[in-house]
Amino acid sequence: MTATARTRGPVLAVLPMIQRQARRIASGILLGGLALVLLENLVRSPGQFVSVLLLGITLGSIYALVALGYTLVYGIIELINFAHGDVFMWGTMITVTLSAHWIGLDGSQAWYVTVPLVAVTLLAAMAFCGTMNVAIERFAYRPLRNAPKLAPLITAIGMSFILQNLALAIYGPREQSANNIFPTNVLFDVGGIPYRAKSLLVVLISIPVLAALVYLVRSTRQGKAMRAVAQDNDAARMMGINVDRTIGFTFLLAGALAGAGGLMFVMFQTSTRYDLGFQLGLFAFTAAVLGGIGNLTGAWLGAMTIGLIQAFNEGLEHHVPGSSWTQSVIFAILILVLVFRPQGILGEPESDRA
Amino acid sequence: MTARLADLWYELPWAVRRVVVPAIAVAALVLYPKYMSNLPTQFPEMSTAVVMCVFIVMALGLNVVVGYAGLLDLGYVAFYAAGAYVAGWFATLQFAPHVHHLWAVGVPSDLPGVHINVWLLMLAVGAAFAALLGVIIGLPTLRLRGDYLAIVTLGFGEIIPQAVNNGDNWFGHNVTNGPNGLTPIDQLGFGSAIHNTFGFLPENYRREFDVNNYYYWTGLFLIAVTLFCCIRLRDSRLGRAWVAIREDEIAAAAMGIPLMRTKTLAYAIGAFFGGVAGCFFAIYKSSTFPQDFTLNISIFVLCMVILGGMGNVWGVMLGGAVLAYLNYQGLNSIGRTFNDTFGTQISVPTYSFGIFGTVIVIMMLVRPQGLIPSRRRRAEFAAAEEGVSVGKAVMEE
Repeated sequence: MTATARTRGPVLAVLPMIQRQARRIASGILLGGLALVLLENLVRSPGQFVSVLLLGITLGSIYALVALGYTLVYGIIELINFAHGDVFMWGTMITVTLSAHWIGLDGSQAWYVTVPLVAVTLLAAMAFCGTMNVAIERFAYRPLRNAPKLAPLITAIGMSFILQNLALAIYGPREQSANNIFPTNVLFDVGGIPYRAKSLLVVLISIPVLAALVYLVRSTRQGKAMRAVAQDNDAARMMGINVDRTIGFTFLLAGALAGAGGLMFVMFQTSTRYDLGFQLGLFAFTAAVLGGIGNLTGAWLGAMTIGLIQAFNEGLEHHVPGSSWTQSVIFAILILVLVFRPQGILGEPESDRA
Repeated sequence: MTARLADLWYELPWAVRRVVVPAIAVAALVLYPKYMSNLPTQFPEMSTAVVMCVFIVMALGLNVVVGYAGLLDLGYVAFYAAGAYVAGWFATLQFAPHVHHLWAVGVPSDLPGVHINVWLLMLAVGAAFAALLGVIIGLPTLRLRGDYLAIVTLGFGEIIPQAVNNGDNWFGHNVTNGPNGLTPIDQLGFGSAIHNTFGFLPENYRREFDVNNYYYWTGLFLIAVTLFCCIRLRDSRLGRAWVAIREDEIAAAAMGIPLMRTKTLAYAIGAFFGGVAGCFFAIYKSSTFPQDFTLNISIFVLCMVILGGMGNVWGVMLGGAVLAYLNYQGLNSIGRTFNDTFGTQISVPTYSFGIFGTVIVIMMLVRPQGLIPSRRRRAEFAAAEEGVSVGKAVMEE
């Protein structure tokens, strides 16, 4: 900011141009290197590459549902809802309780029993998380809407710890595992690694959810209200929009998505833990930032990218850092994106944010 | 109510405020090890008191970043780790085949590894390394505002422990000894030369019977130094520049405050004290492990700053003392009392972060300015609530 305001000599005037070129070259080298590594892995072990790719898409679909929640909430009240990852964790916990402990799904039932019961579990998890998110908004964030911006952010961190410790108190520190709640039919084999029906189902759920969400935000009256509140709180209120209810609805939507993500996570990983939410939430937030925060399609795209990066990093053999570095790789991406392209892949440049 | 208390305080005569009360407080703190055995067991033990000192120094350091300059830092633990690992590198057997000693005290002169004087490490090398790290992290990221900066610092705070944890194999080099950590670290001490002249200064703390007392007094000394720096900084030109940036960045830039330099300095100075605290704690524990540097520590220190009152050194010190005491001793004894009274079997310390989380949320809802807020901070919160300018709120104060 200060750099551009200062007047410069003719030599210094070319500095920004050099900077821009250097940035372009650096990003070119980075992406080129990445492409080379991927190509090498594809050539040397194609089967493994494809199976890792499919795994990445499945992971990405789960991240997408969580990332959409972050992006919806950030879009409307500009709050990084740190507690969102823990709402997602509660979605996984409710799924385990319902499907494994109460209903007793273990993948052995016939499909016409399984599918409706899974659907019931899905609806229950979505309803639970949606309600939870609305309650959090009502009691923890709403009173702080006019406070300095850091206040709700800090409150969100506090809420995150509260949710985590509630789960710790109720479920204990051990891993909560459910049996396969969905039949583990193998669809096909890639490089010796089976691709199961449940992975495909995870992907198949996430796409219509995104489509429905985009339709809701772009083409319905409620979506219009949401966009209006996001743009200008006070003006929206003057136009007769119930701002509190619109924000509450957004939190409901975000919570429901997290609940659906929770079910998909349990279906895919078959176990969960009380402290799973925070880190997964941060990954999903990275995805939302990568795609351009506030942008629904961007969040989905970012989540796919993060899922693929994680899968590639952990699954490929040649020239990758390996799973002990996953967290660092993803946070390094987050930092690079925020520093060099804060508007993300699809976001509009906005002067106030960076 | 606090306002009334503050008024009462300012009505006291100058001599009482400036000489009598501080002298009593300092005497009570310094002599604490001498009379603590007569106090009920709920009072902090000496080992807890040392940890409290560490966290108070850290909280004061973070207060420079969050309280003075208004930059939310969720990765403060990185600087703490930097200090601890400097102690781990330059006062252990880590670089064993090599023997380098620089004014090392209390260690045999033929001990393998690099051994630099622990005082020098703590007050200069470790702190400077942390400050350098602060500048490195700060330069690219401080252009970002508010919550984006928080997220970037959080990212660094997560990357650094993982890098340290994987540090037993950085391109084939064992740099940090990975999850096994670095241990044993040389102890503080004054060496035989000073010990022979001033008998009350021990040659090596660990050889003394009441080792915790010496660490406690050293901790008090560190707090005193940090406090002095913080107060002087607050009233300096730089301190006023920080407040200006915190209140309105654009207006501050228009007034000719160089934003990047001022913010980076806040980062570097905050990191400096984090490094001192990390170094001191690592020396006290005689070890440093990657597991010591989780995100929870960053949040924990942030809680201290918020609970006490952002920007006010006394409040921050109170917050640091209370939370560190609760975490390391208080919750345990409260839990025991609770369980004895109600016949329950709840392990209260397990839920410490749930309890701290509840404290932050309630604090933010009920008293967002903290227990002992600085006057100006209180005005800022009031201004935001009423939607008026800070200047007007300050005038009304």
